[in-house]
Amino acid sequence: MSTTAPDLSPLRRAAAWKTPELIFWLLPIAAYFLFPKSLSLLSQMAITALFALSLDLILGYAGIVSLGHAAFFGLGAYAAGFLAKYGYGDPLLGLAVGALVAAIVGYITSFLVLRGSDLTRLMVTLGVAMMLYEAANKLTEFTGGVDGLQGVEMHQVIGLFGFDLYGKTAYWYSIGVLFVLFCLARRVVNSPFGLSLRGIKQNVRRMPAIGAPVNGRLTAVYTLGAAYAGIAGALLTQTTQFVSLDVLSFPRSAELMLMLVLGGSGRLYGALIGTMVFMVAHHYLSDLNPQYWQFWLGAVLVLVVLFARDGVMGLAQKMIKAGKS
Amino acid sequence: MTIIFDGLAAGMLLFLISVGLSVTLGLMNFVNLAHGAFAMLGGYVCALLLARAGVPFLLAAPAGAIVAALAGVVLERTLYRRLYGASHLDQVLFSIGINFMAISAAHYFFGAQQQAIVLPDFLRGQIKLPGLDVGVYRLFLIVIGLTLALGLQWLVGSTRFGAQLRAAVDNPRAARGLGINVERIFTLTFALGSGLAGLGGALGIEMLGLDPSFPLKYIVSFLIVVAVGGSGNIKGSLIASLMLGLFDVAGKYYLPQAGAFVIYVVMVVMLIARPQGLFGRSAAK
Repeated sequence: MSTTAPDLSPLRRAAAWKTPELIFWLLPIAAYFLFPKSLSLLSQMAITALFALSLDLILGYAGIVSLGHAAFFGLGAYAAGFLAKYGYGDPLLGLAVGALVAAIVGYITSFLVLRGSDLTRLMVTLGVAMMLYEAANKLTEFTGGVDGLQGVEMHQVIGLFGFDLYGKTAYWYSIGVLFVLFCLARRVVNSPFGLSLRGIKQNVRRMPAIGAPVNGRLTAVYTLGAAYAGIAGALLTQTTQFVSLDVLSFPRSAELMLMLVLGGSGRLYGALIGTMVFMVAHHYLSDLNPQYWQFWLGAVLVLVVLFARDGVMGLAQKMIKAGKS
Repeated sequence: MTIIFDGLAAGMLLFLISVGLSVTLGLMNFVNLAHGAFAMLGGYVCALLLARAGVPFLLAAPAGAIVAALAGVVLERTLYRRLYGASHLDQVLFSIGINFMAISAAHYFFGAQQQAIVLPDFLRGQIKLPGLDVGVYRLFLIVIGLTLALGLQWLVGSTRFGAQLRAAVDNPRAARGLGINVERIFTLTFALGSGLAGLGGALGIEMLGLDPSFPLKYIVSFLIVVAVGGSGNIKGSLIASLMLGLFDVAGKYYLPQAGAFVIYVVMVVMLIARPQGLFGRSAAK
């Protein structure tokens, strides 16, 4: 019996790095020199992009609808905050612990999330996030409640770069972590594991028939997404040296979903671009008119759902296709 | 005893608002997170009619319901209809968008402050019974809630409209083939759901308050009711609302430090135990 090895070259080609991607990653370097005064906004953007990436892994690739992804972001943020507050201020250690804590909770809750339909998933993820929010809100002696966690003291990154007043270290640190984790995510979604996730999203019933353990795969990706969100939360704590209660809040989960959909889910760059568009728009529109920017946000969301379901990335792809033909 | 009574009243109020969501989400299978926006609209109409035009409360509250229902018809015809076949995620995003717009609009027209209303005399005060002080307004809510629950159960379960609705939801193509005007049924049902939301919003001002953040603040509770009660099920929504009301009030009374924690735990536990909801139609679909 001989089995011919399947031809993997199309998949390999799809997974190869392309020129536009390399150009994209020059943007953060350019931004550093072009907007030296907005470094803190740019760091926030990198952190939120990482958070959006984590949602993209579970929503865009595996199709798990979550309205409570802020739970893991908040866990990572508080974990890193406590660690630094009680003397272990090494940033990389903080990231690792943030990821670990979020991953453990993600692993446990994945068994709740995998039950039931989309609606049940929405409600359970939401419920878990709200429980954590209430817990953090009420345990004021540990978390500071609505006042936030103060006294976060960070050490130097790899013992060399201290966090400075201008946010230079914070910026390169956030971008660096984002880039490393992006490369990892890129590797994951192009691996056989990533392909099986897409298969599950497209047809849950058929995947077991070709030998893919659906629940195991979903648990794995949910845990991974939670760990990513935990790292993003830890990054936010470390770069701002403060944990505010709203890391766990419902609007954070909801806005995250908007960013992802705005950029186009199921494409890693969609998460990054959606976050950039969203945060730049937020920055300028709320400067113009702080109260009513939500209106435009809502309007854009309705339009995206009705007319541009694949977000900015989808539109760009369509235009490229139209240009070629 | 007073806790039980207050819990029941809080639950009934929850039911009044979320039964509308049970109609749109449960029966029509549309995840309408903008439900709170319709409730808010009803609330504002009622509050403004009371405060500016001096309309009596018993007329102003139904007026709120009617305006919300009309808004429901307009939105259903123009926007919602396009998304009936879409995925739940799309519906969630779309209705969150509507929510954001409604919040900003309310902010723009009415300002950020709480709207206060003055109840008519006959709904104020308390009735003293042995061992139990009964707030008249709470009693009023319980009566209205029970009446609506029975009425809706009858409407969906025993009338021609109800039968057509259930047919249109379960199999739109076959229903159309039988000569049922599915589009019209859906429009009417959506209007019914929005109208109920508006009524609930109007009646709820006294207990829940009313400000522009209303649609997001309470949407979680409404969704909990529908998810726990089982979709498309009026009896389920009623029982789930009463349970949540009781747990919430009792939790806040006996364990004030736990706050809203209790109802989230209850929800998650219930959903794990019965993913289809208390009285879910597990066989359907």
